[in-house]
Amino acid sequence: MEPFKRVEGVAAPLPAANIDTDVIMPKQFLKGIDRAGLAQGAFHDLRFDEAGAPRQDFILNQAAWRETRFLVTGPNFGCGSSREHAVWGLSQLGIRALIGTSFAGILFDNCARNGLLAITLPPEEVEALLALVSQPKTNRLTVDLETQTIEGAAGVWGFEIDPSRRHALLNGLDAVGVALARADEIKAFETAHLKRHPWLA
Amino acid sequence: MSPPRTLYDKLVDDHTVARLDEDGATVLLYVDRSVLNEYTSPQAFTGLRDAERKVWRPERLLGVVDHVNGTAPVRTDRMPDAGGAGQVAYFGRNCRDFGIELFDILHPNQGIEHVVAPELGLILPGMVVAAGDSHTTTYGAFGALGFGIGTSDIEHMLATATVVYRRLKPMKVEVTGRLPVGVTAKDVVMALISRIGADGATGCAIEFCGDTIEALSVEGRMTLCNMAVECGARGALVAPDDKVIAYLSGLPRAPKGAMWDAAVASWRGLKADPGAVYVRHEVLRAEEIEPMVTWGTSPDQAASVLGRIPDPAAEAAPSRRRDAARALEYMGLEPGAPLESVRIDRAFIGSCTNARIEDLRDAAAVLRGRTVAAGVRAMVVPGSTSVRRQAEAEGLDLIFQAAGFEWRQSGCSMCLAMNDDVLAPGERCASSTNRNFEGRQGAGGRTHLMSPAMVAAAAVCGRLADVRRLGS
Ligand code: SF4
Repeated sequence: MEPFKRVEGVAAPLPAANIDTDVIMPKQFLKGIDRAGLAQGAFHDLRFDEAGAPRQDFILNQAAWRETRFLVTGPNFGCGSSREHAVWGLSQLGIRALIGTSFAGILFDNCARNGLLAITLPPEEVEALLALVSQPKTNRLTVDLETQTIEGAAGVWGFEIDPSRRHALLNGLDAVGVALARADEIKAFETAHLKRHPWLA
Repeated sequence: MSPPRTLYDKLVDDHTVARLDEDGATVLLYVDRSVLNEYTSPQAFTGLRDAERKVWRPERLLGVVDHVNGTAPVRTDRMPDAGGAGQVAYFGRNCRDFGIELFDILHPNQGIEHVVAPELGLILPGMVVAAGDSHTTTYGAFGALGFGIGTSDIEHMLATATVVYRRLKPMKVEVTGRLPVGVTAKDVVMALISRIGADGATGCAIEFCGDTIEALSVEGRMTLCNMAVECGARGALVAPDDKVIAYLSGLPRAPKGAMWDAAVASWRGLKADPGAVYVRHEVLRAEEIEPMVTWGTSPDQAASVLGRIPDPAAEAAPSRRRDAARALEYMGLEPGAPLESVRIDRAFIGSCTNARIEDLRDAAAVLRGRTVAAGVRAMVVPGSTSVRRQAEAEGLDLIFQAAGFEWRQSGCSMCLAMNDDVLAPGERCASSTNRNFEGRQGAGGRTHLMSPAMVAAAAVCGRLADVRRLGS
């Protein structure tokens, strides 16, 4: 996993509430057995019309947001299906962080597993950021995980994050490897657990 | 004495292998059981293969083909498209190579994972079940903590029998009183979602309680816990009672003999302690709940079928006004029109929310002696092949077919339309499923969620209709 330390780039506003993972990654892109080709699928029906031409009214198709690295989102971003394809697609599109008032639980975890930083801020701060990044002149942000800050043209915002999640993202840790290092502990737990609940053995 | 604990706390404590931070907010959580499907698991297995890792205790696991298969009335092992065929083939190989039991497409137990696992007795009270599908919350009906995980976490769970888990906040939802005739568990959960919003329980695990919940059947509780994820809950629990124990008793994979007695004795203790603290407490009155339908593109955009399509202009917050207006535009609906005036093209009874035997009985009771309105294409996709067999044994298939419904094979089908069961752009569907998102049932398709009996009523009337007004 690519570590996240400090990233600078363009941020795009996506203020609608409840943007679900069917919209982030439509079903026609879920038929693979690998992770390839999902950049094309990300927000597909918002980005392209029926003929496959880019929709000019969609923010990510506009010149000032071509190189978007961050999305400032409406509430409950990523609700719905557990499909991690949504997060893989966002990453492949170049998105490194999401900033919003709330994220759906599964998507929030999927982000962390893929080096995508999901930042939760109070509504008034998200409103301020939405206003800021809606203007081409002020749409660049710097997100720093070490200092836990977002820097924009109109100020600096601090954010909170779980210490364990921060550590994993900063170091790009392989979570499976980390857990397997505790295999003995898991084994001991399991033995005791199955003894307490023998019908599960 | 230790402080009183919620049922949720007890389940998490009982499965905590290690605390991963100082306050115990993040833990390494042991997973008793998981169910895998062909579309969210492939990259997890590839990850294991690439790292040359094994599956930890494969006997904890079950593989079921359900998402991409066709549901044509005559079953074959051909998939509708090459992508799906590739996923099913790779899934078969992975289950074989890693020693995981598989219900392939022609298996007599095949069906939607959340229908199949409970009906076999694989889901038991007190378990933690993490699986690659958001509706894993269904298992809360048994007092098991079920939750959805992404593919990276599936890989983690396969390799280590654990997931890195962040504790949720327990929330209590109490439903009291008698449900009116024609009002079901689906209507209860839809009423809850419309009240608290699509993110109303984000970060929370819901514990359902109250006499209305106690009066629900185990299948009704599955519907309730299944759809709780649509208000953001990543866990929904009902304390197991005699009904759950009776339901499990004698199921093929449930414990037997002395082991059963020991299990039942332990399950009796699975309830919240008196005085346990919840971050939030919602109370619903059963008498006030009416048959619900959605009008928008988020499950919380719902109302009583007797209501009208809301006017976005009435929304105070500009963002909500914008979202509602966009939803109505997508749905092709006019503010102010009665919901009962909305005409439909399709009717679909299926999905892990509402395609169990009781759901099919409810719908068939409405359809007996009636026919589907001209111009409506209606289909039933049983939740599992066992449910299909049971329905045929009861003659329900004949009632559906006499009414003009297609009687199909099991799978997720038009719940997410990853197979060839899809809405055409602009088609409007009365659906017993769980998500009315844009394009969920096919690009440009328009979904109205409701109970199976309400789908049957809509099919007969050719428009959204209150099942109670049809009479019997
Ligand atoms: S029936 Fe629908 S909601 Fe249930 S597992 Fe299948 S696709 Fe998911």
